[in-house]
Amino acid sequence: MIKATLTGQRLVAVFLLGCVLVNYPVLSVFNPEGAWGGIPVLYLYVFGVWAAVIALMAWIIER
Amino acid sequence: MTGSVIVAASFLYLAFLFAVAYFGDKRADAGRSLIASPTIYALSLAVYCTTWTYYGSVGRAASSGLGFAPIFLGPTLVVGLWWFVMLKMVRIGKTHRITSIADFIASRYGKSQLLGGLVTVIAVLGVIPYIALQLKAVSTSFSILTHYPAIVMPAKSETVPWLADTTLYIALMMAAFTILFGTRHLDATERHEGMVAAVAFESLVKLVIFVAVGLFVTFGLFDGFGDIFSRVAEDPSLRHLMSMGAGGNSFGNWFALTLLSMLAVMFLPRQFQVAVVENVNENHLRRAIWLFPLYLLLINIFVLPIALGGLIHFAGQGVDADTFVLTLPMASGHGWLALLVFIGGLSAATGMIIVETIALSTMVCNDLVMPVLLRYRWLALQGREDLSGLLLGIRRCAIVLILLLGYLYFRLAGEAHALVSIGLISFAAVAQFAPAMIGGMYWRGGTRPGALAGLSCGFAVWLYTLLLPSFAKSGWLPIEFLQGGVLGTELLRPYELFGLKGLDPIAHSLFWSLLANIGAYLCVSLMRRPNAREAGQATLFVDVFKQSRPAGDAFWRGSARIGDLLPLIGRFMGPERARAAFADYARSRGVASVEALPADAGLVHFAETTLAGAIGSASARVMVASVVQEEPLGLDEVMNILDEASQVRAYSKRLELKSRELEAATGELRSANERLKELDRLKDDFMSSVTHELRTPLTSIRAFSEMLLDDPRIDLAERKRFLGIIVSETERLTRLVNQVLDMAKIESGHADWHNGEVSLIEVVEQAVASTSQLFKDKDVALTMDLPESVPIMLADRDRLVQVVLNLLSNAVKFVARGEGQVAIRLCQTEEGLRVDVRDNGPGLTQQEQIVVFEKFRQGGNTMTDKPQGTGLGLPISRQIVEHYGGRLWVESVAGEGACFSFLLPCGKSTESLEEAG
Repeated sequence: MIKATLTGQRLVAVFLLGCVLVNYPVLSVFNPEGAWGGIPVLYLYVFGVWAAVIALMAWIIER
Repeated sequence: MTGSVIVAASFLYLAFLFAVAYFGDKRADAGRSLIASPTIYALSLAVYCTTWTYYGSVGRAASSGLGFAPIFLGPTLVVGLWWFVMLKMVRIGKTHRITSIADFIASRYGKSQLLGGLVTVIAVLGVIPYIALQLKAVSTSFSILTHYPAIVMPAKSETVPWLADTTLYIALMMAAFTILFGTRHLDATERHEGMVAAVAFESLVKLVIFVAVGLFVTFGLFDGFGDIFSRVAEDPSLRHLMSMGAGGNSFGNWFALTLLSMLAVMFLPRQFQVAVVENVNENHLRRAIWLFPLYLLLINIFVLPIALGGLIHFAGQGVDADTFVLTLPMASGHGWLALLVFIGGLSAATGMIIVETIALSTMVCNDLVMPVLLRYRWLALQGREDLSGLLLGIRRCAIVLILLLGYLYFRLAGEAHALVSIGLISFAAVAQFAPAMIGGMYWRGGTRPGALAGLSCGFAVWLYTLLLPSFAKSGWLPIEFLQGGVLGTELLRPYELFGLKGLDPIAHSLFWSLLANIGAYLCVSLMRRPNAREAGQATLFVDVFKQSRPAGDAFWRGSARIGDLLPLIGRFMGPERARAAFADYARSRGVASVEALPADAGLVHFAETTLAGAIGSASARVMVASVVQEEPLGLDEVMNILDEASQVRAYSKRLELKSRELEAATGELRSANERLKELDRLKDDFMSSVTHELRTPLTSIRAFSEMLLDDPRIDLAERKRFLGIIVSETERLTRLVNQVLDMAKIESGHADWHNGEVSLIEVVEQAVASTSQLFKDKDVALTMDLPESVPIMLADRDRLVQVVLNLLSNAVKFVARGEGQVAIRLCQTEEGLRVDVRDNGPGLTQQEQIVVFEKFRQGGNTMTDKPQGTGLGLPISRQIVEHYGGRLWVESVAGEGACFSFLLPCGKSTESLEEAG
């Protein structure tokens, strides 16, 4: 069995954080016209959060 | 490209996939599992990505920009909860030999056949559009590819006669392939290692090919991401795709789709199959939690570039965006890449169809057909010895039937919708399992009627708001249905139920169906207490992680015979397998043979779970109940068992606490004992040292006295000298005894301290005056360095004089006659008053610096030199200084003199002494 409920609780925290970051209203902040380095801000933001959530979970589990 | 080339390539690929599966099965039989790795587990979870992801996401992105993303963001986020939720599902699945999601729900709510059947019906009806989606994607891509190099959108298949429709043959081929994969033999645990290996492989294939196409479009057809996006930004008809709100992608729908996909990734029958039933090792979940979302991210990076690139490339040509992945390579003349894309799509479809239909066929067999057979054809079943063949036959029929139903839906309704819209209908259906599943794992109060009511209400609302409208849109129901519902009233419009507007059909249906589902589940469950069987199963599920939960056999009472149970299991699993399973069980119980097994509750429970692995828990319950005599347990008895379990839990907690306290106490006792032993040893040392020190002067006194007594002729001068020695040795003896007493008093805390106001300057001056004769006798120079004034201390003046005196006499003792120099210095530091006595004698080695403060240890070599003191001066001095909160130490380098210093805190010590005194 996987012990370490602390790790589990950290993952739940990441879940909550991710839910807030990719939903209204935070998402609407990153919904302007315009681009960073040629890539639309909205695309960059959503994929950035997506990658960050995965990286955070990997770090929490594998460290 | 001719159809035959494509068909040949497809069969070659499928044959290879089959070889992988075959190899996986062989390895599993040999006990060297191919899939015992967290990476394979994560890849098999990627069966979530079907042709929906492969073709459909691009289509969705072409109409709504980021609107495809929530379907993958949901799973990415929800895996954060898997550490608790999925682990619990896996553990429950393993403990109770759960074979499907229907089995899970049926087992939780008292092994109800009715509930299992209902879940199966919902799952089959709900997933059929999803299977139709795969068939549509494969047949469309096949038809487009056959026209290469021309790009021709396929004609509506309604114009084609049924028997000439390639989709029908694709469906039948898939069915044959699934039967080969999944139902070659009946497994007691419903695990298919070969299938998982093949699914993991196809996950890799579809990822690699999709990324390859993405790279080709982004960097081959265009100049990277920036190029595509800037060209879209310049096009006023496409620019809106770069922000929220495009194509119905509002924030509300975005949230609804995220939630929907969170539920789907846990409760889709095929996800349950790979994540729970096929799980080899719970620890694989750890890495899968981040590897699976990583897969989702990788396969989605190129969705937007392909979609937008396709829109730019095919502007105004009427090419369906769902086919961009295929048509972009075709349009640029890369026939082989297009063929690879087709293979990748086929791979995605095959993986989904195989796992989904195997999961569904298990459910249909165990939870739909078996209960009916058991009820109505009981006698016919009785007559047959080995039923495992019958079970396999039922499953094979179920697979063919499910695929034909998928084909039927494709013919009836599939044409009118884009790929993603079809899939979302299925997602909304399986979301109905969430309340009963999650409630069942965390809430003891859920009852069978509650789950039945919740599932039926949710399913009915789904049927009315999603499935029927999809038929209406395709013209198989009157289109007026969309306008006025069944009764022709606006209030019952399927897409605007009770006047709720502003949501897209999926979000709208999700809201109403989950509301009805959760509402009914809670209300009906709360209408009565759980009965005995529900309460028992609830505890087994909710408390699956607790060590002291009651075992599964605690809730059974009755009598059984091994001679009834073994043949029963044998009929469903085959006699050899059954006997082997019973022999294993006998070994684990320490019984020599199967016949010697006691036919107790444990054995009945074992037989039932083993059978549950083959025919589902509800049917297994009925079968086992038919061959044993049972006494039903009342609710009170079940409650007693649960109470006992919780009492045992409380006791064991208290015991643990007590034993921890005892351990701590033992540790303290042990260290106290060590300390006592050490003190005892010190006392012994002290005693032997004291007696040794006393004996030396006594010996000389006695020797000289005897000489005086024995020899009367000794002259007067000699006598005087002898008597002088005797007197000085006696004095030394007295001094020694006094010091020992002094030491003992200080150490035991009984010494008398005559505290008064003391100036350290006076103390030093007094000590110097007392020792001036010593310095003169040995011709040693003494220099004093005293400040003009120091703070007055509250201390015993005589004791402090004793300390300084001791340091001075030590110094003079060790310096050389005539050349010796001793310096005494008093100064005030931050810590307090400090006295240094520095000499230019032989100094002390590192080791001597330590031992010099021990009792009876003197400077110089005591073995060769005549002892010059009692060896108690420095220990006593240190005790005195430490009594006043100070410290005494030495700094020295051998050969360069020594400096003894002590430091007395002023202020602090006086205050504490005033309080004490």
